[in-house]
Order: sequence, then C-alpha cells, then structure tokens
Amino acid sequence: MNALSHDHGGPLISVDHLTMRFGGLVAIDDVSFSGDNCEITAIIGPNGAGKTTVFNCLTGFYKPTVGRLTLNHPAKGALLLERMEGYQIPQRAGVARTFQNIRLFPAMSVLENLILAQHNDLMRASGFSVAGLLGMRRYRDAENKAVERAKYWLDRTRLTTRADWDAGNLPYGDQRRLEIARAMCIRPVLLCLDEPAAGLNPKESAELNQLLRYIRDEHQIGLLLIEHDMSVVMEISDRIIVLDYGRKIAAGTPDEIKNNPDVIRAYLGETEDEALPEVVAQDLEHPVS
Amino acid sequence: MATPSSEEFKARPLNLPALFKEAGYVAVVVFGLTIGLVGFKTEDVPGGLDIVTRFGQVILATVVAVAGRVGFVLLRERHFIPVLIGAGAFSAAMLVLLIGNIVDADQGVGRFLPFESLVVNWLITLFALILAGRAAWFWSRARPSQVAVDREAAMDRFSAQVQRAAKYFGPLMLGVAIMLPFLPVADRRLLDVAILVVTYIMLGWGLNIVVGLAGLLDLGYVAFYAVGAYSYALLATYFDLGFWTCLPFAGIMAAFAGILLGFPVLRLRGDYLAIVTLGFGEMVRVILLNWYEFTKGPDGISGIPRPTFFGLPFTRRPPEGTESFHEFFGLTYSPLDRIIFLYYLILAMALVTNFFTLRIRKLPVGRAWEALREDETACRSIGINPRNTKLTAFSIGAMFGGFGGSFFATRQGFISPESFTFIESAIILAIVVLGGFGSQIGVVLAAILLIGLPEFFRELQQYRMLAFGAAMVTIMVWRPSGLLAHREPTIRLYPDGPPEKEGES
Ligand SMILES: Nc1ncnc2c1ncn2[C@@H]1O[C@H](COP(=O)(O)OP(=O)(O)OP(=O)(O)O)[C@@H](O)[C@H]1O
Ligand SMILES: [Mg+2]
Repeated sequence: MNALSHDHGGPLISVDHLTMRFGGLVAIDDVSFSGDNCEITAIIGPNGAGKTTVFNCLTGFYKPTVGRLTLNHPAKGALLLERMEGYQIPQRAGVARTFQNIRLFPAMSVLENLILAQHNDLMRASGFSVAGLLGMRRYRDAENKAVERAKYWLDRTRLTTRADWDAGNLPYGDQRRLEIARAMCIRPVLLCLDEPAAGLNPKESAELNQLLRYIRDEHQIGLLLIEHDMSVVMEISDRIIVLDYGRKIAAGTPDEIKNNPDVIRAYLGETEDEALPEVVAQDLEHPVS
Repeated sequence: MATPSSEEFKARPLNLPALFKEAGYVAVVVFGLTIGLVGFKTEDVPGGLDIVTRFGQVILATVVAVAGRVGFVLLRERHFIPVLIGAGAFSAAMLVLLIGNIVDADQGVGRFLPFESLVVNWLITLFALILAGRAAWFWSRARPSQVAVDREAAMDRFSAQVQRAAKYFGPLMLGVAIMLPFLPVADRRLLDVAILVVTYIMLGWGLNIVVGLAGLLDLGYVAFYAVGAYSYALLATYFDLGFWTCLPFAGIMAAFAGILLGFPVLRLRGDYLAIVTLGFGEMVRVILLNWYEFTKGPDGISGIPRPTFFGLPFTRRPPEGTESFHEFFGLTYSPLDRIIFLYYLILAMALVTNFFTLRIRKLPVGRAWEALREDETACRSIGINPRNTKLTAFSIGAMFGGFGGSFFATRQGFISPESFTFIESAIILAIVVLGGFGSQIGVVLAAILLIGLPEFFRELQQYRMLAFGAAMVTIMVWRPSGLLAHREPTIRLYPDGPPEKEGES
C-alpha cells in the first residue's frame, strides 16, 4: 500500500515534472499541470505534441521516465498513479479513459460493453464465478444493479433503443458516446477523453458539449479533455493547457489562451514568406489536368 | 460501388483473330516438337527394333496445349467463368481418372487416361488445377465485395436461426443420444463410434472456451488431454485409486498444466501464440516418451483400471468377496454393459462441459474472456486484469481436456504417447473451426461430420486427411469464423426484440 498516503486538499490530479522518452525521442519534456474536481481541463496542441502520451502515462499504459502523478481521491486520499499497474488504475484510483481511435468490444452488444466496465464489482459478487455458476441470489442482484447503471448511461447518451446492437454496428457518433458511457460506468473520479469530438458533425459535437457539462456538474468529477475542435474546447473548458513538442507552452482560461502569441505561433507555424522552389511554383501555375 | 480493385478485374473485349493466331502458333510449335519426339517410338521386337507410331498422343498433346493457351489468354483478358468451368471440369475428370488408376490400375476408369505417361497426366491435371484456381481467385475478387458482406450477413442470420432452433431440437438430440443404446440399431460398432464422437464433442466444447470465447488460438490442446490421461493412469496404477477418485485430480493436474503453459505466452497473440502452444503440445509428448522410469516411455501404461459403477465392476466373474454390476442388479452378464456405461459416462461429462460453458459465458469471467478476444487494450482501460483472465481461460479449457483424457485412459485400458500427437490437436481445432467459433451446436455437427462419418465409411479412410484439408481451406475462404458461428448477446435489454420505434429526441 505504498501508493497510499493521506494528505487531502489540493487539486484532483497533479502532474509534476512528467517526462517520457522513447529511445532518443522526448515525447513529453518536464510537463507539470493540474486538474481540479468539477472542472474540465483541456489539453491542446498540434499533432504529435504528446497529448495522448500524457494520457497513456496517467492511465498506466506507459511508465513515465521521470515524474510524479498524484491523484487526490475524494475517498481514498492521495494515490500515486505511476506506481500502479495499468489495469488497477480504473478501479483502484477511479481514472477512466477513452481512446483517440475508438476501442470498444465491437462484436459484443452495447449493453455488454457497459456491463463489462463494472467487471470487478460483478466478479466479486459472483464469488469469483462460484456463486454465479450456482445461480445464487447475490449475483443476480448485483447484475440487475449493473444493468440499472448501464441503463442510466444509455439514456444519457441516447443509446437506449440500440442497447442490444453489436457495438461495432453502431454509427460512428454513437460509438464515440458509447465509449464515454462505458468509461462512466466505472464510476470514475477523473475522466480522460482523447479527442471525443473527432469525426462528429456540428450537431453531434454540440450534444457532446452538453453531455460533458452534465457529467461535470451532476456527477461532480474532474475531466481531462484532449481536443482539436476549438468550438468544443473554448466553449466548455474551464482551463486549458497547451503542449507543443512535448513542452507546456501555456496554461490559462480559454480567453487567455485565445490571445496568447505563443499558442498562435505554435498552431500557425512561423509566418515567414518562404519562396517556393521553382519547380513547385511552376506546378502550381500549370496543374496537371 | 466500383472499387479500383474490381475495375482491375473487369473483363476486357476479346480480339478473336489474335486469339486464333496465338492458338495456331501454339498448335504448330507443339505439333512440330512432338511429332518427332512422341509420334515415333522404337520398340524391341523379336529380331530387332521396330518403330511404333503414336499419332494419337501427338494430336492429344496439341489439343491440350492449345486449350491451355486459350485458357491462359482468356484469364489474361479477365474472362474467368469459361476458364473456371473448362479447367475445373477437365481437372475434375482427370482427378477421377487418376484416382481410379490408383485404386485399380488395370481394370478401373484409369484405362481412359489420355496420355500414356502417368507423369504427363499428373502434370496436365496440375496445370488445369492451377488455371482453375487462378480463375476462381480472380472471380472471387472481381465480384463487388458487397456480395461477400451479404453472404456473411445471410450466414449469420442462418446461424442465429439454427441456434434458436437448437433450443427445441437440442433436447430432441439429447433424447436420441440418451436412448441410443436401447435402439434396435445399437450394436457394438455403433456404440464405439458414438463414444468416440461424444469424446470429440466434449473436447471441442472444452477447446471452444479457449479458442472460441477467449480467442487464444491453441494448437497444443492434446497436451492437456495427455496430462489428464497420464494423471489417471499413473495414479491408478501406482496408488491403486479408482476412476472417480482420480477424475478431479486429473482435471486439476491438467488445469495446472494450462497455467504452466499460460504464463510464458501471456504476451503472445495470434500466430506466435499458436506456434508456442504447438511446441508445448509436442514437449509434453516428448517428455512422456523419454521419462521412461516414470511413464514407461513408448511402452505405454497398460492395465489401467476400468471404470466401475459406484464400485461395482463390469466383469463376468468379480474377485472373491465383491459383487459385479450384473450380479448386483440381478441381470444376465453382457459385455455390452460396460460399453453402454462408458457411453453414458462420456455423455454426462460432455453435458457438464456444455452446461458449464453456457453458464460461464453469462458470468463476468466469461464476458471478460470475450472482451479479451475483442480488445486487450480496452480491457485494461476498464480494469480487467488480462493476465488472470487469460490464465483462467487456459486452465479451465485445459481442465476439460484433462477430464476427457481420463476418460480416454479408462476406456482404452492402455495409453502410450502415440495417442497424443499433434494430429489430435489439429482434429479438435478443426472441429471448433468448422463448427464455428463459440457455437456449441456447430461443434456437435462438425464432430459428427469429421469423426463419425469417416468411421462409417472406412473405405474412404485414406482420403480423410485430404477431405479434412479441403474442408479447412474452403471454410477459411468462404467463412473464416466457421459454419455456424453466430454470437448471441449474453444479456439483452429487450429479450423480446427491439422496441418499436427508434427514439430520436
Ligand atoms: N510508444 C511509442 N513509441 C515511440 N514513440 C512514441 C510512442 N508513443 C508516442 N510516441 C511519439 O511521441 C510523440 C507524441 O505522440 P502523441 O501520440 O502523444 O501525440 P498527440 O499530441 O496525441 O498527437 P495527435 O494530436 O496526433 O493525437 C510522437 O512523436 C509519437 O510518435
Ligand atoms: Mg493523440
């Protein structure tokens, strides 16, 4: 239990001096930031800035090269995430995540996807299968509860009528929402969303905004949000962290970030007028039909 | 939906004069070459050499060569169907003749083979097969992939219907299975075959846990079968224990072997996993073969006790002071009693396996197995421990293999490493693959098809492996998930069908 100590207070998640190297490549370079409870903290940055890598460190998929990841769990106190096994983090620390390229269980039904997210509770209730095999009451009650929780999230994500579909057959937008519902069925204290609005149409991303606000306000948990869609980021995030080439270049409220010259440069690149090579210039003038 | 690849396979218009010209060239060249080399043959006759003419062969060779060339050009111009039909029919006919020739060289249909030389006949058949195969392959690529999708959907619907119908004809089949020993057709031979088939059904169901549910391709399942068999045989012969005492031990030993195999392969997937499990199967066999002091190596273990009916042996004259089955029940002795008992024994074991699998699929472990098959990374992200989940799948699958092995040992009374070769693993896996991953009823049908039929058509025994291979290749091309593969959700929100209207709010 060395991952446990008791100092309450402070932000929900604090990332201190996180560095992640892959061989010679420094994907994250001494990044520190924190995220508060009941807030949406957005992490933005150009492609390859290291945003997903931060999530992979937080959720135990990678062991950070250097750094400390502290989660102030409301019930369990401070937990050091970098010391936990990846599969323990969702249940023990209550950190749930979604993936940039959706990872559902495609051949299993929507409802099953949500019940699987409650695996550890159900496993215990089934007496590690013995009680379940015998068809005991205890397990059936636990399963009914799991279904109730799944139903609640199905309602919130408007998937109720498709509960028995194979997850892989859902339209893209539904799959995105199902992944969020699945993460919420873990009952996390911190939800990490990796580009949840990617591939959504404007109507769908407006709905997403609503859903994320609902989760923040009603369920009172912290959210970390990686997103390229600025209409989502600027509208719903409380604070924004900007990464570029693995370094944190800015942090602040949406308004502060909008006008930050470093951020603008990172996104638009250096605005020097480079002369095009002659061949390319000619190509542009006489495009091949 | 014209994908670029289907464009590429579109038939191009034929240039007939060019085709004739090409065919003509071939005819001239082949005729010119063969007329001298094949058309005349010297032969020893009393009093010197004689020249025999074989103009028939020359003409045949020319015709075959021209036909082959035309087929080639047609294929080049993407006219698959005539090539497929022509080359397919030709090669099929040739194969019939060739096989007829093997079966009976002088009298059978082999007499009608076109060429004198057997090698030439084989070569031509081979070329025709290649041509037909290429045509078939192009043809399958040329059709829009929508057809494949539709077919897959149709097969899935069909499999779903079969599974639903299994609710009704399952008990019926079970009834037949229970009544079997008392049916008038039941003789020793039929019961022996039935025992064999049910054994493989049980093994198929056991392996289905590992391969079908957890998606771990295991090519060494026979190892657990062997561990179960040897556990029983050794315990029984060394410590004089009975079948019923040893059965749980055998299961535990096999499950333990499953964990032993599971640990090193935790990180492996797909092909790599398959190779290591294959190696594991062979390792177990080689150990059994070489650990002479313990397992008696290639000599095997004999005198394994036969099962008893709760202590009552099935012998005509039991040892002093004990009673045998027929005496206890006041029946006349029949050697068939033991066979019938064995049959019920394996039937019960198979049913337990089936019941267990159906049940555990709906429990958290079972769902976790399937989730692991779908996406290990996603499993980790929702807090499922992939290591424990994999190990339970390996060990529980292995346990049923071990039970099956004990049964095998008690039935045979003699075991040796020879019974546990790779081909056994392959057969069990073939049953699972053919029947359909995760399909319980599919395993039954596949076992009857692959084990039962060949037993009854002994004459075809030698072509069994050929048919096996053909069936496997066909299923891989046609429906890789297996004949009756269909996954029914383990829990439904709407057990009576989906709600009327799609709620769009
Ligand atoms: N497992 C890995 N091994 C080697 N390099 C890696 C690994 N994971 C990430 N990287 C590298 O780290 C850098 C940051 O990647 P990351 O996926 O975190 O970017 P990102 O900010 O999420 O970009 P995007 O917006 O495209 O998703 C990239 O250069 C990437 O190639
Ligand atoms: Mg990313």
